[in-house]
Amino acid sequence: MNKPIRMMAIACLVMFTALLVNVNYVQFVSADSLNAKNGNKRVINEQFSRDRGPILVAGEPIVESVQSDDQYKFQRKYNDPELYSSITGYFSYLYGRSGIEYSQNSVLSGSDNRLFVNRVVDLLANKQPKGGSVELTIDPIAQKTAASGLKSLGKNAKGAVVALDPSTGAILAMANQPTYDPNLLASHDFGKVAEAWDSLTTDKDQPMLNRSTQQILPPGSTFKLVTAAAALEDLNLDPADKVKAGRSLSFPGIDYKLTNENNSSCGGETITFERALNVSCNVSFGTLAGKIGQEKLAEKAAAFGFGTDPLDGLAASASRFTSEGTDLEAPQLAQSGIGQYEVATTPLQMAMVTAGIANDGDVMTPYIVKTVRSPNLKVLDQADPTRLSQAMSGGDAAKLKKMMVSTVTEGTATSAQISGVDVGGKTGTAQSTPDRPPYAWFVSFAPANNPKVAVAVIVESTNVGRDEISGGRLAGPIARSVMEAILNK
Amino acid sequence: MSAASGAAPNWVPRKRRGAEFFLTVLAVLIGIGAYCAVGLGVEGKIPGGAVKLGAALIVLAVVTHLVIRRIAPYADPVLLPLVIALNGLGLAMIYRIDLARGARDPDWEPLANAQLMWTAIGIVAFTAVLIVVRDHRRLQSMTYTFGFVAIGLLILPLLPGIGRTVNGSRIWIGLGPMSFQPGEIAKICLAIFFAGYLVVKRDALALAGRRVMGIDLPRGRDLGPILAGWLVSLGILVFQRDLGSSLLFFGLFVVLLYIATERPGWLVVGGGLFLVGAYFGYLTFGHVQVRVNAWLDPFGDPDTNGQIINGLYGLAHGGLLGRGLGLGNPDLTPYSYSDFIVTSLGEELGLAGLMAILVIYGLIVERGLRIALVCRDAFGKLLAAGLAVSIAIQVFVVVGGVTRLIPLTGLTTPFLSYGGSSILANWAIIGLLLRISDQTRRPAPAVSTFDRDEPTQVVKAI
Repeated sequence: MNKPIRMMAIACLVMFTALLVNVNYVQFVSADSLNAKNGNKRVINEQFSRDRGPILVAGEPIVESVQSDDQYKFQRKYNDPELYSSITGYFSYLYGRSGIEYSQNSVLSGSDNRLFVNRVVDLLANKQPKGGSVELTIDPIAQKTAASGLKSLGKNAKGAVVALDPSTGAILAMANQPTYDPNLLASHDFGKVAEAWDSLTTDKDQPMLNRSTQQILPPGSTFKLVTAAAALEDLNLDPADKVKAGRSLSFPGIDYKLTNENNSSCGGETITFERALNVSCNVSFGTLAGKIGQEKLAEKAAAFGFGTDPLDGLAASASRFTSEGTDLEAPQLAQSGIGQYEVATTPLQMAMVTAGIANDGDVMTPYIVKTVRSPNLKVLDQADPTRLSQAMSGGDAAKLKKMMVSTVTEGTATSAQISGVDVGGKTGTAQSTPDRPPYAWFVSFAPANNPKVAVAVIVESTNVGRDEISGGRLAGPIARSVMEAILNK
Repeated sequence: MSAASGAAPNWVPRKRRGAEFFLTVLAVLIGIGAYCAVGLGVEGKIPGGAVKLGAALIVLAVVTHLVIRRIAPYADPVLLPLVIALNGLGLAMIYRIDLARGARDPDWEPLANAQLMWTAIGIVAFTAVLIVVRDHRRLQSMTYTFGFVAIGLLILPLLPGIGRTVNGSRIWIGLGPMSFQPGEIAKICLAIFFAGYLVVKRDALALAGRRVMGIDLPRGRDLGPILAGWLVSLGILVFQRDLGSSLLFFGLFVVLLYIATERPGWLVVGGGLFLVGAYFGYLTFGHVQVRVNAWLDPFGDPDTNGQIINGLYGLAHGGLLGRGLGLGNPDLTPYSYSDFIVTSLGEELGLAGLMAILVIYGLIVERGLRIALVCRDAFGKLLAAGLAVSIAIQVFVVVGGVTRLIPLTGLTTPFLSYGGSSILANWAIIGLLLRISDQTRRPAPAVSTFDRDEPTQVVKAI
């Protein structure tokens, strides 16, 4: 009977080996992913009572952990909450984290691998581990200017502003309206937190949505910049070349006619390409889109970043030229060329288009985290600007820049003029559905010879009557004040 | 049985009682140390009960050690310290859960004292086994008695009046305020019954058969016993809704059949029947499906699978080195003091501690199988192997279940889990193993033969 007993000994060895391997798998290999699961109370309890690191803007903490005398020991405090909430996100016992609080959690909570040495030192000294700090690229003055610009449109106005540094991709401002107060969600009074959460999530204006990066809407005429970039390259067009204009663009065999804003004729049957951009002539750009073709136009949009989520660190949606697999008919292609039909972008994407043109055709990858530091202020990580793509040649970019400057001096975008500075810009007024007011867009950059800032502004709806909504009137002044805030430094 | 193991060993085993004493001191220190660490972790001071618990553990350890010295001096010296270490760790963890639950819930009734009392009762049972069973071979004469007792114990919970249903399983009996799981005792009785039965029948079961694909399969008419065992296990599954015990009893039976007959064919037949039974159980019983689904994708339904998810969270939170005793949140897991005590220990002692605990179990099983290997009689061999394998299966099923290696089935973790019947039964098992070990290693009594013929020799042989 000894042979089967030996066999059973081997079988038991296999069983115990399986148990040992399995606990290694659970406690070592998959431990991180289990710890990161939502609703893991152990981790929530622990992280909620950590001395979490601050989030800084220009050296000042916009979020910090302060001592509290309850069981959690620390209370997360948001200074100037409404201004920064769409970037910082919230840190809540019941609802987890969002925004930078989510994406930089490992550093803020002190559990990051780069903080390993700190943790060991804290462990030996029997101290609570402390979190590192995260410094943002945001310019506080530009951020405040952008937010107050949106506020000046009235309480019910919804909109977003994104400002980029064209040469690096650093996000200088990212403001939304409406916003919310993350202090309500970070409170230790969980009953009130649940109430606040319910009212925020059921609010039809979606105050917790980061409109700058998460919401895609038709860009309207601001998209003509992409069409123009494609025309410069693929049609070898020069700003002085004549293009078709006139009151309407008709398509053989179809009843539909593409018309201009306010039924204008754009100043003749043919106008220069530059003039067509200046007056935002739908007929001209619809025609150009038809000549460029869907494939080349989609390629150009993709070169500016459409179709990808370009931003690390914040939840962002990819912008689109068409939905997946759409084959555009001639009228639809013409509509797409003027930023209608299925074209939909985030304000961040339009800011990237503008920044790319301003930066000699190079689109830089946008980023919002400037420096990550350990609790003893040692730099752990520093943003390194990288090129996302070359969207257009330097020569074409220079031509398009000039066309945008003349759009501000003598076209539709005059509201962005700054005295003594060459500004390039483009308006947009996008129709969505007939029953809601159109979206007012404005994109611009300055100064033209050495761009320091590129801005995109969208105003979704205001108290202003439908007829008066236009990108130049509503969104232009906000873009100008944000540019001024950055240039005046 | 091979010829070598049948003959009396020509070496005299060392008793190694001194080594056992030294290891027992270490084991007691582990228990007391863990208890103090819990108090330091939770309240920042050594708990007031430390002296009481320490004294109790020392007394129990000394008593068992002396009992072994006196009535089983050649018994295996490693088993007892291993078991005391586990028992002490279990006590400390149950006390730790008491502190956490008591802080949240003023109505919480502390379990640690009851567990300490049951440990004492378990050691009394252990001593009683060693004293009453002076020779394990006597048990063989009561094979069928133990068989009937086992059946009776298994049926007890189904009787109206004393049977109780707890968490869907009808495996408890209640006598006044006390509740008891007779299945734990039935496990020992069944092991004795199987061993006794198979010793007698093994030749018939082993010899006839057919060879299919290199494996000797038994004859159809010899399938009776295994079918009976299978039906009993299914009966437990159907009527008591106790997956774990069903699996344990059937596994024990099949393994003993294999050891007795030396024919792997029985493992094939047993495995096949297990698959059929498991599939039948999966199709028929909602609770089996729930367990299997919880195993495949626990996070698909976090509300239903909160227990296993919390166990995994606890293990992950413990990580490599653990939170430290008293410093984690094992109380967040339901049944963190019984079925899920392994995840509680994994959370606070970490991967390192949990692996040490598993290795202790592995050593217990290894010592048990070693006793079976060395044992000179077939009944003792089967019984020791059966007891050792039952511990292995039980640990595999419950630890594998809570760590999501296999679907979760309810079984107690030997010596760690809270529960009187489990502690009692497992101490009795160790008593039996030590008895067989002592019997085996004890030198054969000196037999006087004509070996003193030198003085009368005329011519020297060599």
